[in-house]
Amino acid sequence: MRRRAALVFAFALALAACAPTAELRGTGDLGVVIERTAGSVLVVETTHRSVLGRVPGLGDLSHASVVFSRDGRYAYVFGRDGGLSKVDLLTTSVVERIVQSGNAIGGAISQDGRLIAAANYTPGGIRIFDSETLQPLSEVPSTYGDGTRRAKVVGIADAPGNRFVFSLFEAGEIWIVDASDPRNPRVTKLLGVGRQPYDGFITPNGRYYVAGLYGEDGLALVDLWHPEQGVRKILSGYGRGEKPLPVYKMPHLRGWAVAGRLAFLPAIGRHEVLVVDMDTWREAGRVKVHGQPVFAVAQPGGRRLWVNFAFPDNGVVQIVDVPSLEVIRDLRPGRAVLHLEFTPRGEQVWVSSRDDNVVVIYDTETIGELARIPATHPSGIFFTARALMTGF
Amino acid sequence: MIFPRLVVAATGLALASTALAGEPEGARRAELVNMVRQDCGACHGYTLKGGLGPSLLPGALAERDVQLIESVILNGRPGTPMPPWRPFLSEAEARWIAEQLKKGWPE
Repeated sequence: MRRRAALVFAFALALAACAPTAELRGTGDLGVVIERTAGSVLVVETTHRSVLGRVPGLGDLSHASVVFSRDGRYAYVFGRDGGLSKVDLLTTSVVERIVQSGNAIGGAISQDGRLIAAANYTPGGIRIFDSETLQPLSEVPSTYGDGTRRAKVVGIADAPGNRFVFSLFEAGEIWIVDASDPRNPRVTKLLGVGRQPYDGFITPNGRYYVAGLYGEDGLALVDLWHPEQGVRKILSGYGRGEKPLPVYKMPHLRGWAVAGRLAFLPAIGRHEVLVVDMDTWREAGRVKVHGQPVFAVAQPGGRRLWVNFAFPDNGVVQIVDVPSLEVIRDLRPGRAVLHLEFTPRGEQVWVSSRDDNVVVIYDTETIGELARIPATHPSGIFFTARALMTGF
Repeated sequence: MIFPRLVVAATGLALASTALAGEPEGARRAELVNMVRQDCGACHGYTLKGGLGPSLLPGALAERDVQLIESVILNGRPGTPMPPWRPFLSEAEARWIAEQLKKGWPE
């Protein structure tokens, strides 16, 4: 009897020793959900719609953004407090973590995957790190005007040629940083692009960078094939001289708002989504929506657009039919909907409700609810498919 | 006719005096505490140390008087992204928020 007990014990030990390595798996169906007040992320998988683990200790994630390593294994999490954490999705653990500034807004990963650029408010500028080790390589301070002040950096995006493109909020400038020699980045500055650029995005083909302007009606467009041609103002005067409505949360722009040749952009101070034809960069229509749009995200395939809204209209998500540009559904996933993310082929969309502490998953075909995942004040949802796309 | 008018005036006075006393209570207080952290926090940060909007920590507000802060909350700051919060707050609530911010916002 004693020998058998010993054998069982040894077998149990062996099993326990195996457990941490788990079974081999890929990362193509993984992602992270930010828990903004807890300073943690949930590592999730979209095939069975489950949580693989929680990774705490990531600092102040009240504003957070994530990029992925090109192999889809690591998530780089940029926090509000300047924290930059490298999270291993397979072991659900932090492998590197630094606090690289006092106040940050986001970041980007270079075309070759070797560089991480963090975009900072305080001190203003970008810092470039080795993606392997998070060792600092260089810094580009966002100094402007008489040279004594540094602007807040917004709308950072990666561009082909290991470049990073971003906007300077107070300065009204767009900078293109060539980091192909990462210790000696070269900066091209485009001045006078418009008042108060608040965010920006690069088109999925990596050619055009667009900055949204808070301080005027219009957006600034840069053709990265021809940066020497400077900035072109598009959709000028979209507000038609009407007094703008108050904006209780800044809209976010990313390359996901592109469907075919159309791009969908939140208007500022108008309850509208602006539709732009990317061949001509002229207005191709508008969609009247429920409130100030924050994210306007095209479902993969481009048939529908899903839109969420700023306070006080943030309990609603609207679905727009792209061919007719009409709102076809109003959803109420929960209070304070902060973000939505599609699976790579678009059969599911995950929607975060901050004040109901839940992520609601919808089937995009039937628009029926598939599952609910509890999360603490969830905000951003990021799936690893972003690893493969320019501008994410 | 005089009598109802007096009642109206008296009610008005009573309302004004509770408004001046001003401290939001119970569920409304919790709602405001959450609103400042979460919704003001969208620009000023959840810890209120600043984001696109400036810091709202006591140190940063030391030189500003309550009246000015109250007015900025209610009316916004033209030329900046700060919107007017008047549609969602009474003047007494805005004043209470201004006072609390100067002391350090409750958790």
